Amino acid sequence: MGKIEWAMWANEQALASGLILLTGGIVGVAGQFRGWEFAAYAVAAGVFVCLLEYPRSKRAKGTSMERSGQYCFTVCVKSFGPLTRNYYVRAFLHAGICVPGGFMLATVLGCVCLAIASLIYLAAAIRGEHWEPILPRKDSRKPVAESIKNPPQNPPPRPPPETRRKQAKDVEAAAYDNPMTVTDDE
Amino acid sequence: MGNKIINIGFSAFIIFVWMAINIFLFVWYYFYYDLRPEFFYTRHLLGAALAWARAPAAVLNFNCMLILLPVCRNLLSLIRGSLMCCSRTMRKQMDKNLTFHKLVAYMIALMTAVHMIAHLLNLEWYNNSRQGMYDDLSNALSDMEDTDNTTYLNPIRTTSSIHPQQIPTYFAFTSIAGITGVIITLALILIITSSMEFIRRSYFEVFWYTHHLFVIFFAGLVIHGIGGIVRRQSNVDDHNFTFCRNLTEDWGKIPECPHPRFVGGPAATWWWVIGPMIIYTCERLLRLIRYAQKVQYRKIVMRPSKVLELQLVKKGFKMEVGQYVFLNCPAISQLEWHPFTMTSAPEEDFFSVHIRSAGDWTDKLIEIMQKLPEGAQGPKMGVDGPFGTASEDVFDYEVSMLVGAGIGVTPFASILKSIWYKFKDNNPKLHTRKIYFYWLCRETHAFEWFADLLQGQEKEMEERGLGDLLTFKLFLTGWDESHTNHVMVHFDEDTDVVTGLKQKTHYGRPNWDKEFEQVRKENPTATVGTFLCGPAALATVLEKKCAKYSDVDPRKTKFYFNKENF
Repeated sequence: MGKIEWAMWANEQALASGLILLTGGIVGVAGQFRGWEFAAYAVAAGVFVCLLEYPRSKRAKGTSMERSGQYCFTVCVKSFGPLTRNYYVRAFLHAGICVPGGFMLATVLGCVCLAIASLIYLAAAIRGEHWEPILPRKDSRKPVAESIKNPPQNPPPRPPPETRRKQAKDVEAAAYDNPMTVTDDE
Repeated sequence: MGNKIINIGFSAFIIFVWMAINIFLFVWYYFYYDLRPEFFYTRHLLGAALAWARAPAAVLNFNCMLILLPVCRNLLSLIRGSLMCCSRTMRKQMDKNLTFHKLVAYMIALMTAVHMIAHLLNLEWYNNSRQGMYDDLSNALSDMEDTDNTTYLNPIRTTSSIHPQQIPTYFAFTSIAGITGVIITLALILIITSSMEFIRRSYFEVFWYTHHLFVIFFAGLVIHGIGGIVRRQSNVDDHNFTFCRNLTEDWGKIPECPHPRFVGGPAATWWWVIGPMIIYTCERLLRLIRYAQKVQYRKIVMRPSKVLELQLVKKGFKMEVGQYVFLNCPAISQLEWHPFTMTSAPEEDFFSVHIRSAGDWTDKLIEIMQKLPEGAQGPKMGVDGPFGTASEDVFDYEVSMLVGAGIGVTPFASILKSIWYKFKDNNPKLHTRKIYFYWLCRETHAFEWFADLLQGQEKEMEERGLGDLLTFKLFLTGWDESHTNHVMVHFDEDTDVVTGLKQKTHYGRPNWDKEFEQVRKENPTATVGTFLCGPAALATVLEKKCAKYSDVDPRKTKFYFNKENF
């Protein structure tokens, strides 16, 4: 477990708000409610919020869990750089997006949910969190150690360990007699 | 097929019954509102949306009644205890309480969505007829007021003072049903978003605190129906709508058609939820009492790798193997209860838990304990429990396959200890002849204490010539080359490099087919209990294998699957 990262919850909340806004919008447009123009806006806003929030951020510590197939969304969201990285931007963006949703009942719930998400994001931003893309981990295979390039200093067959020490004093005599001359690459 | 029934039959049956009741309620109430004559005029204004709002409401009542029951852990413990005479299969269902809780929650979420969409349409259409956009009958029905010997049908009474687009919103925030509906839906959404697997596992506190919005949810739910907004015609006998519906001009003038009268339905939800609410309150009171009972520290031991062992004594506390307790340490948090599996055997005169540093709460606890002077009592600790899970049943099986993954070995510490005590005392209750113990973990550092315990047991068992009672296999899933080299060098030694045990460590994941095949071969007629404490993915694999290797023939090997919940 560890320190609470509020942005993770804000992300779930915002994604849910996006879906609710979208649903409310679809109901409003399909039912041709009064002021269905606001519902049409809600559809667009819902889709936008969902797209923005779908890629989950990397956790500061511990294993991150990707949403299935979030990779290409991650790349898109990442390309906006500091705009999507900073949670203050998200908090104010969501606060702005949710306002027109308040003008008709069908989208009110989505609007309030998004406002809550925006508040949680604000809390996260104040605590210094920011969005980090989850990218496939690069193979962190260490480069071949320098010593392997060099010929072994004490090649087999080696003498038994108890005798090794004594011989080490006289390096020239103890060394294995190579049939060919061994040279460094460099 | 037969194999499947052995393992998952009963829970499938429970789900089937639950689903059947849901479908029945939905269909029944749908047709109730869709066909009953007293709703004819209401339907004229609202169309199918009336039935589409009311049918989910009925399903919601039923599920809100159920949702509290699976989380009453003391109640479940009680039921489990009273089912001791019943079959293993029955008792095993008690372990799936949280799965059921989630299932019910999904149903509530779905039905809330349907209910809400239907009511959005209802409000819009009520508003439209109030604005006079539909036919004469709709106008007549909507215009009926409490004056002039009529009652209203359309709950929207405002026409002109507010812009028509805002009337539904105004109504939603000024009527009891509307405002409670909005509040409890919000509470529900917050509860759901904070209890997604990811949040729950990573930030337990967020999940735990947000879940207490359920108080608001239930309070709102009970008063949601008080307004009686869905109205029915109360004088169907005097006012025949088939005859009168086209004579709106003459309503109240000719004797065949008096003004239709409408009444609201009574609030019915509290009927459904009052029982579980009382049960849950009792549950919480019981927790409070348990919290107040005195708990003494017998020993506080710091193990390597930041593992804290607490040995506690509480009066009247009786445990069984594999059970867990909830601990509350008011010095850290007044409200949080955290579950820990007990690692002591029932035969011991105390109970112990091993607490690994894994989060804020555990870190703080370890910090407090480390600051204590030698031999001092720790801070006040509330203990709720013990609560039963499936591993109590281990001794009922002739052969047990215990699979522990990572920290999931903890319940098996208790089991192995207890088996050992039972063997020493020649306890007749012990049916076990053979135990296969599989321990899968990435690295063993954090579990050194467990290896210690195993080492001690291995030694004692060998002294008694019972070496073949326990087959122990450790699978190390995280290893690197330096590790392998180390092992290769020490291959000829008698004990394992990693654990210091006689049984050697395996590398990589186990090949379950091979393991099950081996168990089946060695125990051709036995009933084998498979016990897992570990991740869900492994549970799926093992459940399938259990079904695959079970024989329908009652004389042959049969595998039963059990899972611990956390």
